Amino acid sequence: MLTRLFPWLNQGMAVLRKDLRIEFRTRYAYSALVMFAVTTLVTVSFSVGGFAPDTDIAAALLWIILFFSAMAGLSRTFVHEEETGTVIALKLAAEPEPVYLGKYFFNVALLFSLSILVVPMFLVMLNLDIAMPVAFVAIVFLGSLGLAGASTILAAIVAKAGAKGSLLTVLAFPILLPLLIGAISGTRSTMSGVSMELVTPDLGLLFFYNGIAVVASLLLFEYVWND
Amino acid sequence: MLNQVEVKHLSKAYSYRKLFTDINVIVPDRSVFVVLGHNGAGKTTFLRILCGLIPATSGEVLFTLDGKSLSPREKRAQIGLVSPDLELYGELTAVENLEFFSGVRGLPFTLDRAREILEMVGLKGRGNDYVGTYSSGMKQRMKYAYALLHDPYILVLDEPTTNLDEKGVALVDSVIRRQREKGIVIMATNEPREVSYADKTLSLA
Repeated sequence: MLTRLFPWLNQGMAVLRKDLRIEFRTRYAYSALVMFAVTTLVTVSFSVGGFAPDTDIAAALLWIILFFSAMAGLSRTFVHEEETGTVIALKLAAEPEPVYLGKYFFNVALLFSLSILVVPMFLVMLNLDIAMPVAFVAIVFLGSLGLAGASTILAAIVAKAGAKGSLLTVLAFPILLPLLIGAISGTRSTMSGVSMELVTPDLGLLFFYNGIAVVASLLLFEYVWND
Repeated sequence: MLNQVEVKHLSKAYSYRKLFTDINVIVPDRSVFVVLGHNGAGKTTFLRILCGLIPATSGEVLFTLDGKSLSPREKRAQIGLVSPDLELYGELTAVENLEFFSGVRGLPFTLDRAREILEMVGLKGRGNDYVGTYSSGMKQRMKYAYALLHDPYILVLDEPTTNLDEKGVALVDSVIRRQREKGIVIMATNEPREVSYADKTLSLA
């Protein structure tokens, strides 16, 4: 598997370039992500009435927004291939692993750009201060990476089903629960400014979750893709 | 060295009906194999199983190239498919589509190669147009560009002249003739002109 990783990465980059090109021209997935995130953010902001919420609540609210926004947009990349009929051409031309890698990189790019937009807005609109900014950015980075990693293979499963929109959220929730617990706990700690020793286990959990999600997806994707 | 496609005891049934049962065929090197049958007889399903896109209910399809039996992944690399179900990326230009499919196949891409293929399928000068803006006949020609891009050993054609004008039909004739000289053509059609190329036929009831 390792000897084939380099060609897979090259071919995965071709998938990424293609998806980015199409996304820049159609805004098919990004508009869904941003619209959902901004609407939710404004609703949350109004509901707390301009008061800075407790860090426990603020951390949970941030990851609720990111999780549901991800569910609204991340399945689009596979759904679009199925709906437009391009999936046959892609299946014949590409091996499954580069397809997974390309779609994963694309979802990472989408979620990072969403986080860059939403997280500062969230902090400003809810009057929040971050006590440990570097660790906070690391938590958001690893959390977004994990959301993209697990959601990508689930999106491939969901793309073949009838109730595409709702199914991804239902399937993803139990799989993403460990990630969300770690991300919420880490975000809470970095907001309130406890010692780095308390943040390190959360960072470790997110790091290993990412590794497991990507390796397991690479091993299983062939069965999902060819079924 | 032995080059052939062997279909062994192939059957396909959906829960509600049987499409075909126990098909056995050997398609030798440098030949044209035509699958005949009325609408709904299972021609497209047969070709899809051959390409590895859907599983058979029972039986198998073996590809032998230079005496070596190919794995499912190696099989796909040797197939060029033109089918009404297959679509290319309408949001990309013809050149961008060819660049992408070269990239995912791990082939080097050059503009000269793209122009050469587009000229061959009659799309000279239209390489920078979005495929989504093409007419149905131009899209069919573009599918030939996709199928021939990697110089496949087996060309699988489902209703090969759909939407094509006279020049397009002549293009398909030349593609079939050229492919027969270097590999295998497997076609699903009922057009007498295309059937006349057949070295071997299979009629699905």
